[in-house]
Amino acid sequence: MSLHRFAFLAAAVALLPLSAEAQDTTHVEGGVRVGITYNPGARPGLVVIPGTGIDSVRAIVKRDLDFSDRFEMIAIADPGSSPGGDAPGGPLNYGLYKALGAEFAVELLSDGDKVTARLHDVGRSTLAQEQSVGLPPPTDANFRLAVHVLSDEIARWATGAPGIAATRILLVQNGRIWLMDSDGLLVRALTPDGQTSLSPAWSPDGRRMAFTRLVQGRGGVFLSTLSTGETTQLAGTETALNITPMFAPDGNHLAFAHSDEKGTDIFVATLGERSVQRLTAGRFADNLSPTYSPDGRRIAFISTRAGPPQLYVMGADGTDQEVLAPFDFGVTGPSYAPEWSPDGGSVVFHREVSGTPQIFVLTVAGQKLRQLTSQGRNEDATWAPDGRHLCFVSDRSGARQLWVIDAETGRVRQLSTPGWARLPAWSRRLAGPAVVPPKP
Amino acid sequence: MRASSILSVLAAAALLAACGKKPAPEQPAPEPPAPAHEEAPPPPPPAVNDDAERMKREAEARAKALREELGDMIHFEFDKADIRASDQTILDRKAAILAANSAVRVQIAGHCDERGSDEYNLALGNRRAASAKRYLAGKGVAEGRLDVVSYGKERPLDPGHTEDAWARNRRDEFAITAGGENLTAPK
Repeated sequence: MSLHRFAFLAAAVALLPLSAEAQDTTHVEGGVRVGITYNPGARPGLVVIPGTGIDSVRAIVKRDLDFSDRFEMIAIADPGSSPGGDAPGGPLNYGLYKALGAEFAVELLSDGDKVTARLHDVGRSTLAQEQSVGLPPPTDANFRLAVHVLSDEIARWATGAPGIAATRILLVQNGRIWLMDSDGLLVRALTPDGQTSLSPAWSPDGRRMAFTRLVQGRGGVFLSTLSTGETTQLAGTETALNITPMFAPDGNHLAFAHSDEKGTDIFVATLGERSVQRLTAGRFADNLSPTYSPDGRRIAFISTRAGPPQLYVMGADGTDQEVLAPFDFGVTGPSYAPEWSPDGGSVVFHREVSGTPQIFVLTVAGQKLRQLTSQGRNEDATWAPDGRHLCFVSDRSGARQLWVIDAETGRVRQLSTPGWARLPAWSRRLAGPAVVPPKP
Repeated sequence: MRASSILSVLAAAALLAACGKKPAPEQPAPEPPAPAHEEAPPPPPPAVNDDAERMKREAEARAKALREELGDMIHFEFDKADIRASDQTILDRKAAILAANSAVRVQIAGHCDERGSDEYNLALGNRRAASAKRYLAGKGVAEGRLDVVSYGKERPLDPGHTEDAWARNRRDEFAITAGGENLTAPK
């Protein structure tokens, strides 16, 4: 375990200088790989051993591990009917996996109503980790999430950090808020047809969402419990226009922007109380899109106090308001939609470059700015809980669709929706991986 | 910019002309055709009081023209909420009509072009509507008669992606929400 973690960290560190150039691509340089020789910059090779039965589980796990972008996925021919192949429980062929360049081999076995996952350390020709889990039947609504949890656990065994498969994304499509699995499967619509709902935001526990519902040019902030659909309006948002809600990390406070004739200002509501506290006071200016630092002490936001919208930061009580992302007045394009990274070190936002929005990541300490995208219009990015993947809206395929980028390799993939998708919000991990003591 | 008000004047003129051509009531009404159905009532006889009828129609046409002037849109520069000098006359006219008709309430709706984020444009649209309200209030219209809403970029007039389309979409719309039935022209 500790060795793997070290190797992974070394790989991540080695990737950093590469990543500045390797942006926004569907092709990833695999690095030089010779057998099992470790090469900085190359991701560990991983093979999912073919087998029979539980095909749906194997397919989902394989895709999840691929989408984690932490492994060089190595295809292996399915032995199918060939006798003496890698049948479930059959002999492992470490030699073959080694020859293919794999450091890890994942084995999935059907075991009655359980599935056993095994991670093999190919270099040492040993079984590294094993876990048996009971999965609901594939027809069950929780089946895919349960498999995603297993995938994340396998990723944790191999790299020391869990994957991001057991997460979901809220998005807006045709005025309705939808729930999507991290791999792009639309789960269901959460708000009724015929309404205009915008700006979904997850509660930290992943059980509720906040959003804006527009009605005839006005809008309230609403809170909805995902499992029951029970929806209530946030006290203090009954009049005028109330937009861009965002939960504080404590789950008890909700920041939002209130627009009225004096402009747009950020307020914070304490849930369960009717009082709201005003944080900004920009007369005839706009202050909106609040996003909390993970420690809950600071709020990044967008303000037009100096002219075009730009990125600012303040204390969670509204004190010490200052510019967060430096800009040159009249030169730098307008900036929008910040979201603080899960590790607190960065803020993602989009900024127009020659009139076209692109995704930028700002390092909070040192204010280093990195442009992540360059193809088409790219907007409204949201962090995955691993702090390296981001979901955003792009029109690069011709229509506005959701895409995921791995900020470390620059690899992108599309999450297809039938309609025009926008305003994604990525959840935390929705079901923590089971704690399994490492094998001695 | 003033196309709608010109149209409304033309419409009013056409209405007046139609009134003038109306057949004199002395002429006997033509025999109504045999009713297709027993229960169909005969058409009502034409109005007898020509003057009252004409005045009523003229007043209605005037009110319609005033309503349309109240509804004239104003437009904005990119990412701006300032009232353009060329739009001040439109707002001045609205202020005069509102001064002469104290029962009228107006909702001002701010709209944006497709550039900028979905959420920011809601705030920008709000600022555009508020800007017109402040201007009208500055001309003496009671603030309580003016409502402000914003649609951001959710309701473009022109779905195009050109400078012209964007210019058309950056606008305030004005809707009469009360008291628009009988309007008096300002002095």
